[in-house]
Amino acid sequence: MKPINEVTSVLTPLNRKNVDTDQIISKEFLKRIERTGFGQYVFYHWRFDALGNPVENFVLNQPEYKGSSILVAHDNFGCGSSREHAPWAILDYGFNVIIAPSYADIFHNNCFKNGILPIELSIQEVEEILAISEQIATEATVSLEKQTVSIGTKVYPFEIDAYYKQMLLNGWDEISLTIQYDEQIKRYEQNRTVFA
Amino acid sequence: MGKNIIEKVWDNHIVHEEEGKPDLLFIDLHLVHEVTSPQAFEGLRLNNRQVRRPDLTFATMDHNVPTQNLPVINDPIAKKQIMTLADNCREFGVELADMGHPDQGIVHVIGPQLGLTQPGKTIVCGDSHTSTHGAFGAIAFGIGTSEVEHVLSTQTLWQNKPKTMEVRVEGQLAFGVAAKDIILAIIAKFGIDMGTGHIVEFTGEAIHALSMEERMTICNMSIEAGAKAGLISPDATTVEYIRGRKFAPQTEFEEAAAYWLSLASDEDATYDEVRIIEASEIEPIVTWGTNPSMGIGVSKNVPAKEDFTDESDKQALQKALAYMDLEEGTPITSIAIQHVFIGSCTNSRLHDLRAAASVIQGRKVADGVRAIVVPGSYSVKQQAEQEGLDQLFLEAGFEWRESGCSMCLAMNEDVVPAGERCASTSNRNFEGRQGAGSRTHLVSPPMAAAAAIAGHFVDVREIMKATV
Repeated sequence: MKPINEVTSVLTPLNRKNVDTDQIISKEFLKRIERTGFGQYVFYHWRFDALGNPVENFVLNQPEYKGSSILVAHDNFGCGSSREHAPWAILDYGFNVIIAPSYADIFHNNCFKNGILPIELSIQEVEEILAISEQIATEATVSLEKQTVSIGTKVYPFEIDAYYKQMLLNGWDEISLTIQYDEQIKRYEQNRTVFA
Repeated sequence: MGKNIIEKVWDNHIVHEEEGKPDLLFIDLHLVHEVTSPQAFEGLRLNNRQVRRPDLTFATMDHNVPTQNLPVINDPIAKKQIMTLADNCREFGVELADMGHPDQGIVHVIGPQLGLTQPGKTIVCGDSHTSTHGAFGAIAFGIGTSEVEHVLSTQTLWQNKPKTMEVRVEGQLAFGVAAKDIILAIIAKFGIDMGTGHIVEFTGEAIHALSMEERMTICNMSIEAGAKAGLISPDATTVEYIRGRKFAPQTEFEEAAAYWLSLASDEDATYDEVRIIEASEIEPIVTWGTNPSMGIGVSKNVPAKEDFTDESDKQALQKALAYMDLEEGTPITSIAIQHVFIGSCTNSRLHDLRAAASVIQGRKVADGVRAIVVPGSYSVKQQAEQEGLDQLFLEAGFEWRESGCSMCLAMNEDVVPAGERCASTSNRNFEGRQGAGSRTHLVSPPMAAAAAIAGHFVDVREIMKATV
């Protein structure tokens, strides 16, 4: 997993609540057996019409947001299916930071395993950022180390779990970390309740 | 002070705890299917790692499998994914209920059916509806593929302890109301993110009066209320369901049963949050929108803007109705459907098929409606056929299929075409869930069967009353 700390990019505003992982990556694209190559399908049915032509007014198709690494979303982002193909698609498309007021639990967890920083700000702050970035393409700088989102002179601090912060900053492979607890796992296995 | 079952089961599984870190939890049962596992096995291979506990791992094929003309798989990419699971299971020594195997079926149907699902276990699977297994008093939750790899390799997961929530369903259910209606009513009342960051225990008289299959329907959809997991304290119904099943304890069954019952929440247990709903308020529900909280009683109308105060809810209503091609104020019973799907990990068990069959009463599926019944497992299909349910469905004009996830997520060939409407016993009515441009209305199995016959939604209680 690639470490992440400072990201400077134009913000992509996706002003919609309860965006489910079926919208992020539709089921017809889940049959690949690799972790890569999903970016081309992200938000497919919002990006393209039934004939495969780009939907012009969808934010990802607007030229001023091309190349953005920061997605700004609304409440309960990533709800529904546990498919990790959703964060894979988001990352492969080019986003490695998401800003939203809240996330669904499984999606939130999946972000940390893939080097995506899911930032939580208050609803008021997110709506303010959505409004600015919908009006005109706006650049922001995110620092994980300092736990801040900076837009012009305005600085939004955010909270993050200390454990996951270290994972993201260092790009750690969680399994290698857990293997260091092998003794504890073995001890647990010897003592666990099992009925014949 | 007493403990609730969530705290008891969680505390029993802590391998390591340390300030500033999530808990390292032991996982008792890991269920695996073809869609969310190939990248995890590949990760093991790349790092030269093994499956730590193949004995606690069980795999099946469900998401992609065809439900007719077996064993032919027309889709080459689906076929590759299915073959990859078989290869991975062979290579890593994981038991697999392959296509055509008597134990094959939807992963959340076969776990309980085989007795793998037991109270007090931690159960995970790369599928959000793993919450189903909570019906037995297990902590069961869906995980991503990276976590699948982590569990395969270490049999543990790092997890922050969630908050606890009690959802109490007080009193008794009214006539003709199904378990599906209870959970749809809970989600409609408390919202799609009611349970975010929480494990929910469903309590109350109405919950404990339900059979295990009905409890599974409730817990299955706790993820649709955003909950990390949903569970129900074990009782005598739980114990009797498990007795004698293939992987249930045999010689020490009574000891196991006593232990399971001891896990039930203590009388004086408390929770971080409590939500209460009256069972008698609940009527058969039909969803009208594009998430599972957008549901309403069958006797009512599609909501209007005036029914909401929040501006973003009004916008969500408009977006949903535009997608669903519905007008505000339309009576639910006037909505015509072209497809009916009876199946999915929510509602494909024997109880569901019996309940659906009971409203047919010699009538036929309406002209212009295609109705399919997809049993949740090979075993459910066999039992239903022994009871003659397949004949009831076939004579009425339903299709009778092989088991799998099928039209719930339409990864195989069972797809609802764009612009058409489906009365579905599944769990999600998201845009495009059953096929690009498809329109899904979530209902209980009897409501789905009644809609198939009428060609539009009807209040199933009227049909049921006529036969009492």
